[in-house]
Amino acid sequence: MNEVPILKIGSTLLVSIQVELQDDTVLQLQEDLAARITRTGARGVIIDISGLEIVDSFIGRMLASVAAVSRVLDARTVVVGMRPAVAITMVELGLGLHGVQTALDVDRGLALLSPDSGAAEDVLLAAVERDAG
Amino acid sequence: MTTTSPTTGTRQPVRDDSDVVRVRQAVRRLAQQARLSLVDQTKLVTAASELARNTLVHGGGGEAEVELVTSGLRTGVRAVFSDQGPGIADLDLALTDGWTSGGGLGLGLSGSRRLVEHFAIDTTPGVGTRVEIAAWAR
Repeated sequence: MNEVPILKIGSTLLVSIQVELQDDTVLQLQEDLAARITRTGARGVIIDISGLEIVDSFIGRMLASVAAVSRVLDARTVVVGMRPAVAITMVELGLGLHGVQTALDVDRGLALLSPDSGAAEDVLLAAVERDAG
Repeated sequence: MTTTSPTTGTRQPVRDDSDVVRVRQAVRRLAQQARLSLVDQTKLVTAASELARNTLVHGGGGEAEVELVTSGLRTGVRAVFSDQGPGIADLDLALTDGWTSGGGLGLGLSGSRRLVEHFAIDTTPGVGTRVEIAAWAR
């Protein structure tokens, strides 16, 4: 079983899955993340799945339950880096990842989680409105 | 046209989590050899992952046979999952989205059927289950 490292950047935990996921690795990661959120008081979790060649129902369920558990622990989860072929397959399989926020990459995920992302959007909106005259 | 493939098939036990990973890898390797599109490769490997896990969890373990196949001019990959487990009493129900006998999402069987071109299941209560899937290069 391969362990998936969890990195802490500020108040965000970053998990980048770079190994072929075995079911027991998935369960271990789920437990480790919950423990780390509580211990560090992290407010956000980013799970980078760009290294995953597939997301089957087991991995999909893990992503949804990590999001749900972290929500209960007052942290938000963003899943980033999903490959296009994985997205197409997941939807056809019937996995909608309900309740899981996604972003295209780690940068966008971090922006979503940053405390002033709302303010940044306001600035952007104001700029767009100004340009539109 | 004749091509010789370095690997044309493999038979693998499905006894634990790591075997599920090995089956996925074998299916991917052959799907690449058969020149399936990336999306079709991903669909086939995902279906194989669901079915291998079914063999392990519901069938109490079994085996997976993966091989290159041809149909007319098309090359494809066939995977067969078999176990001597309890079998499926109500197949129609088991093939319904969201129906689950355990703690899963109930997408394994119904979902994997949608992911592949060919899907066949043969099950007898008390004897076991055999699921065959295949996908061909377009």
